Amino acid sequence: MMITRLSRKFRLLSAGAALSLLMMAAPSAFAETPKDTLVEGFAIDDIITMDPGEAFELSTAEITSNSYSLLVRLDLADTSKVKGDLAESWSVSDDGLTYTFKLKPGLKFASGNPVTAEDVAWSFERAVKLDKSPAFILTQFGLTGDNVTEKAKAADANTFVFTVDKAYAPSFVLNCLTATVASVVDKKLVLEHVKAVTPDAEHKYDNDFGNEWLKTGYAGSGAFKLREWRANEVVVLERNDNYYGDKAKLNRVIYRYMKESSAQRLALEAGDIDIARNLEPGDIDAVSKNADLATTSAPKGTIYYVSLNNKNENLKKPEVQEAFKYLVDYDAIGATLIKGIGEIHQTFLPKGQLGALDENPYKLDVARAKELLAKAGVPDGFSVTMDVRNTQPVTGIAESIQQTLAQAGVKLEIIPGDGKQTLTKYRARTHDIYIGNWGSDYFDPNSNADTFTSNPDNSDAGTVKTLAWRNTWEAPELDKQTKAALLERDGEKRAAMYEDIQKKFLANSPFVIIFQQTEVAGYRKNLKDFKLGPSFDTNFVGPIAKE
Amino acid sequence: MSTIETTREARPRKGRAGAFAKALGRFLFAAVTTYLGLLAVTFFIGRVVPIDPVLAILGDRAPTHVVERVRQEMGFNLPLYQQFYIYIRGILSGDFGNSVLTTNPVMIDIRRVMPATIELATLGTLIGACVGVPLGVLAAVRRGSIADQVVRVIGLVGYSVPIFWLALISLVIFYAQLRWVAFPGRIDIVFEYTFTPITGFYLLDSAWQGQWDVFYDVFRHIILPASLLGYFSLAYISRMTRSFMLNELSQEYIVAARAKGLSETRVIWGHALRNAAVPLVTVIALSYAGLLEGSVLTETVFSWPGIGLYITNSLQNADMNAVLGGTIVIGTIFIGINLLSDLLYRTLDPRTRNR
Repeated sequence: MMITRLSRKFRLLSAGAALSLLMMAAPSAFAETPKDTLVEGFAIDDIITMDPGEAFELSTAEITSNSYSLLVRLDLADTSKVKGDLAESWSVSDDGLTYTFKLKPGLKFASGNPVTAEDVAWSFERAVKLDKSPAFILTQFGLTGDNVTEKAKAADANTFVFTVDKAYAPSFVLNCLTATVASVVDKKLVLEHVKAVTPDAEHKYDNDFGNEWLKTGYAGSGAFKLREWRANEVVVLERNDNYYGDKAKLNRVIYRYMKESSAQRLALEAGDIDIARNLEPGDIDAVSKNADLATTSAPKGTIYYVSLNNKNENLKKPEVQEAFKYLVDYDAIGATLIKGIGEIHQTFLPKGQLGALDENPYKLDVARAKELLAKAGVPDGFSVTMDVRNTQPVTGIAESIQQTLAQAGVKLEIIPGDGKQTLTKYRARTHDIYIGNWGSDYFDPNSNADTFTSNPDNSDAGTVKTLAWRNTWEAPELDKQTKAALLERDGEKRAAMYEDIQKKFLANSPFVIIFQQTEVAGYRKNLKDFKLGPSFDTNFVGPIAKE
Repeated sequence: MSTIETTREARPRKGRAGAFAKALGRFLFAAVTTYLGLLAVTFFIGRVVPIDPVLAILGDRAPTHVVERVRQEMGFNLPLYQQFYIYIRGILSGDFGNSVLTTNPVMIDIRRVMPATIELATLGTLIGACVGVPLGVLAAVRRGSIADQVVRVIGLVGYSVPIFWLALISLVIFYAQLRWVAFPGRIDIVFEYTFTPITGFYLLDSAWQGQWDVFYDVFRHIILPASLLGYFSLAYISRMTRSFMLNELSQEYIVAARAKGLSETRVIWGHALRNAAVPLVTVIALSYAGLLEGSVLTETVFSWPGIGLYITNSLQNADMNAVLGGTIVIGTIFIGINLLSDLLYRTLDPRTRNR
């Protein structure tokens, strides 16, 4: 009796449940993003500001370069060269100190204001006086708050003159000007939003140059304009109809914050996003097998490396450093952990940059490593720790290295941590071994050459905290060569100098460079002309169309 | 019951008020000390974790001189106790500082994200109570039967399975495979720029404006996370309902009611449940508070832009002002709901008034 009653109730219950589920399911035909809108799933959690004078993060660089214009840009056909963006032409004086840029005629900001040389000059002045993270890219040419109005100025409405303090290689100066910190902002518009500040020892100026407003605001002239940024939620771009170049094909581009590779894949398969930007090897595999989807990739300027802190007595020995280079199973890592998202690359200049050396001399060779360890006086190995950020692929690589090191008797203890946590320790140089990545600050070989070799003050209070400093490593000879390469005005000779530096670095340095990142994206096949660029700020969304 | 009623009436009115004031005083004292403890623990954990807050403000690659300058500007070079003092002083004047991530004052951010959490937790609790109470009653009435066992298993699973795991599994099933529910988030991007919320509660707002397509879309977004939260609170609510009901059903007045020939339905729903409802109010209120604070993981999995996601993101980015602000707001809600349910309990059940 009870069973009958119960089952009747259950029948009723389950029928009700089925009905309500059906109702929910019925109108949900295939979800699709709107035809005029591109939706990307992207881990945009690194964005902390949208002000091009302050932003220095990877995701922001992409947004900025899609929404602001520069004087010159990387030539995507040959990344060792630059081409004009706002600048129609430029010339370098014979003494190599003065660069004169002529602007294209009739340029307009998204606001409708004309783009003049005065805007360019003020953008430089603003970046230098704000002195935020990326300002050094400009100040390394001798610009200071006191002299910037003289050294970066408008000769007339169409002519911008930039004076540097040394006769640098023109390729170096021009490459630096492709960095987003040199983006041209709408002076008139920003001045309407400046906030008054009381000058003090830290900030000598009576206003904030619109920094507070530009953190979320927009004053550019790129193919798209920034409509909105909500931290860890969304970035919305809208077409700029005043753009001087080829108009963007789509009305709107939305970057949705999605961190997980698997979530991005689900959303891509379901049609809720058009592009998934952070796929891991397993998900890339699945996406490439799906008939509605496709993948694309491009090598990026980011290098993954393991570094040995010279504060550790064992790690300091050159033989030990060399032994470590033989104790990485590059082939296995390449075939599994970084399959599709990177390729083995053992030097610090990423492929695509001037002077990059394409040599990978090291292979897993335990016997050779053991000889080297014996020579270093540690034939039975030793114990050491490695700080590892708990994200892939670094965790996997760390575990692989742990195994190969063990074969030579080196006991590696992995200390996992959050990204900010491992970085804090690394910056305080209290690590033994660190595994991490490094992307060029600007698209010129000097960026990486400098950070991997320069260390003028190796004390803990050091003034220039490069990667060499973080690992307590001094290489004065290499540093001297790096500085000399900056002044070499012949492009070919300059490239040869960097090749030489990389060879010496390969043979003798506490850095085991493992691979160069390949950026991969999965996308729906109805997208046309979607390409990833050679650097993190060259993923342009303007040409993308939808069928 | 009647004896207690008599005693209560016999007591002088002044004493009752005094007892209430005393209870309130005790409660306020507990609230303030809980608050201070909350502040201190969160603040010191925030400062002691091996994460450099300046990294969060400047990003990974800021040059040294900029790092040093900001460290001083933010007062991170001061001793901890001074930083704590400055922080408390700020809070007392209503200033929770600015969020590093969003650059807004923390309180403005929280005001923006709170409605999403409240909407989700409210729907979750409604589902939990509407399903949990009848299930609990069923289990109590059919004590020891298969129905009882089933309810207990349902409760046990809800209690012991990690909610984020359930969330992931249900996403794979209901979103990716069956496509019954919408993509994580609160609203489809199609409506993002055509729909203007008024109160921030999207279901209410869209219904109020007669935008039924938006309402439907919002519903398809909220239903899965709300059901999961509902399931989570259902586990607790059904278990408590069962035990309150068992307690009531063993009372003499139930025997008397049955002896008087009342129908079983009236005995259970009219008498027993009515009396069990008093402690149930507290249970449901507490489970509501629990959902408000415990939705952190659910919000993360479902990209639900509420306070849980806000705090998670802030934590990952070492945005300590935001973490502290969020923690304090949740603490306040928790303490507030506790007080409220306590007062409600006192109002509904006269026996408790003079305790």
